[in-house]
Amino acid sequence: MKNTIKQVFHSGKFVVGFVIFITILLTCIIYPLFVKDDPLAMLGQGNFFKPGTYVSQEEVALEKSYTLKLPREFSKLEMVLDMDTRSQIQQFLIKYAEIPEADIDVTNAEGLVQLWKANYDPDVKYSGMTSAKRKSFRRLNNEIIAAQRDTGVIIAEEGEDGLEKSKTIKDTDFVNTKDVQTRTFILGTDNFGRDVLTELVAATKSSLKIGLIAGLVATAIGLVLGLLAGYMGGIVDNLITFVTNLFTVIPSFVILILISYSVGDKARGIMVVAVIIGITSWPWTTRSVRSQVISLRNRDHVNLSKLSGHSMFRIIFTDILPYIASYVVMAMILQISSGILAEAQLSMIGLGPATTTTATLGLMMQWAMTYSAHLNGSWWAYFPVVVIIALISFSLNLMNTGLDQVFNPQLRD
Amino acid sequence: MKGVRKYYGQKIFWYILTLIFAVILNFVLPRLMPGNPVSAIASRAASGMTDASAIQKVYNEYAEKFGVNLPMYQQFFRWFKNAIRGDFGISFSQYPRTVSDIIKSAVWWTIALQLPAIIVGWILGNILGAIAAYIRGVFDKAILPLFLFIGNFPAFGMATILMYIFAIKLRVAPASGGYGFDLIPNASWTFFKSIISHYQLPFWSIVLITIGGQAIGMRSMSIYELNADYVKYSRFLGIKDRKIVGYVFRNAMLPQITGLALSLGTMMGGALVAEMIFSYPGLGTTLLSAVNGQDYPLLSACTLIITIMVLIANLVVEILYGIIDPRVKANQQD
Repeated sequence: MKNTIKQVFHSGKFVVGFVIFITILLTCIIYPLFVKDDPLAMLGQGNFFKPGTYVSQEEVALEKSYTLKLPREFSKLEMVLDMDTRSQIQQFLIKYAEIPEADIDVTNAEGLVQLWKANYDPDVKYSGMTSAKRKSFRRLNNEIIAAQRDTGVIIAEEGEDGLEKSKTIKDTDFVNTKDVQTRTFILGTDNFGRDVLTELVAATKSSLKIGLIAGLVATAIGLVLGLLAGYMGGIVDNLITFVTNLFTVIPSFVILILISYSVGDKARGIMVVAVIIGITSWPWTTRSVRSQVISLRNRDHVNLSKLSGHSMFRIIFTDILPYIASYVVMAMILQISSGILAEAQLSMIGLGPATTTTATLGLMMQWAMTYSAHLNGSWWAYFPVVVIIALISFSLNLMNTGLDQVFNPQLRD
Repeated sequence: MKGVRKYYGQKIFWYILTLIFAVILNFVLPRLMPGNPVSAIASRAASGMTDASAIQKVYNEYAEKFGVNLPMYQQFFRWFKNAIRGDFGISFSQYPRTVSDIIKSAVWWTIALQLPAIIVGWILGNILGAIAAYIRGVFDKAILPLFLFIGNFPAFGMATILMYIFAIKLRVAPASGGYGFDLIPNASWTFFKSIISHYQLPFWSIVLITIGGQAIGMRSMSIYELNADYVKYSRFLGIKDRKIVGYVFRNAMLPQITGLALSLGTMMGGALVAEMIFSYPGLGTTLLSAVNGQDYPLLSACTLIITIMVLIANLVVEILYGIIDPRVKANQQD
């Protein structure tokens, strides 16, 4: 046993998969210890806040500010001067100030503004210019002047007789973020204004739980049926093989949809969904366990046990199970990964766990799709979910391949 | 010849048996759902009415129309008799439309999308796997692992990623639908072009995730075959490498065909969900609207048609397999 485990951990593929999986698992366990917020708390009003750090605006306005002489106006200028305005300025400079095109660097906002200020006079009536154009240039000039001015924004409070000026926030005013309340959403918020990262961790945890239960149920059913069919043979074998073949050919996805639908919304909790996934995905395990048991059934050591008068259960447990244990573990690893995927797909159709108190990866995906995150470019609401599903399935598959290579030496390179 | 007929006869008999079982499942399971969806539509129709007997009449009429007042087995025979004629009743959620009408318009989209996508993915995967096994090098060390990783993305995940990159950011492909929303289906060049451009993203999202799984299977089969005794023997005999490789890949291909048949159902399930992301007018989107509208006639017809498609595909693969693999042929002759 010890030797086998040692051998397993010598397989590079298994170790890589194992490390990824354990990292995800540990994150699910450790993260909630530090971030104790309710993962489904609706922090944001409105939806899909971009990832980033959010500061309290009120506190920023009231906080004592520090004057930092940073070249702020450039970025303000950049905001005023979009590509369209820049090309307008360029055309103006070429046409009316007769500056050669080579001297105008459109990408340099500061230089462009200097040229503009040197050559543009709002009082001059440029000939050959429509009045609309003239007015738009005058507006542009005002905008540029406003962008370069540093008087800032005046904050007024409503007093007894109208508005009273209470504070001026200059362009050069800064606030230390340590003095004000900030909230960082590393992955933004979803459609309900929930913190995606916290929700994702909780969702991964419940999806892993679903996968594990589904895998356990599927493996248990598959193992029992496979052992019975393979060992007993005869009519039992025929019957079980018939049912197994039936469920292998009918897509499990279809049965999954039908059963989940028939259960109804009220009964469909996380556990129920997990069990449903489990009872629809056993045929594979049954088939392979059966064929392996048939090949073991007539081995000498099994015959010896039979001659010694051991009971069927004892023979199965001591003479057959140890030989197929490695296979069953591998099959279960695959069942877990397909269980997680099945939950996600089921939820996307709207047949996932009908719960509002827990998040699962599938439900997060469904919420994101329902609120068309994929169409409005809110990648943070669904992309991490997809990546986590892919990583879990990737790590489990790697572990499976690694185990396969350890137990089937023919597959080794 | 008798053996062959017996072989295929058994196969077809078996598939028909499976189909009957699937039909029963499809009928019974959705109807077990708690709650009465017919009363939901009836109450919609009866809203605003005050006369109790009129409301009662509306309810009865709807119940009779959808046949929900009969016992389950009678409903089944009635449904089955109609289903054979291609009549699956009336949809609840898209009320006056018949289910077969909705299915008819959806099923070709799904077939035209998924069949080529799965086949192309399978072929590309096998080529990659064979190259990785035979040439090794960068194929085995970089490209195959990359596709293996991609293969772990769920189909809908790949769909959202492709959509974000190509439809939202680069704006080179349309984001949803099967054709331009401003077009009416007709045989014009514009419509055809629109279909092609809407086809790309769903198609590639299915192909990309199919490649990895197929490639790894082909790779290990090829390695297994390359080390087989007959290869060594052929080398001793001095048969050209190219010819040996031909034999090897033909042999390695056979389990791949079975693998395709077995994983077809799972693949289709994933691809249907990918269809929903793109609001592709196929069965996936129909399924979604059936679930959302609590529309079990539509739902069971959808799942039934999916089952039938998978059954037919499986049958075709099995018949093909019998033709390709001489060992199966030999068995038939016994």
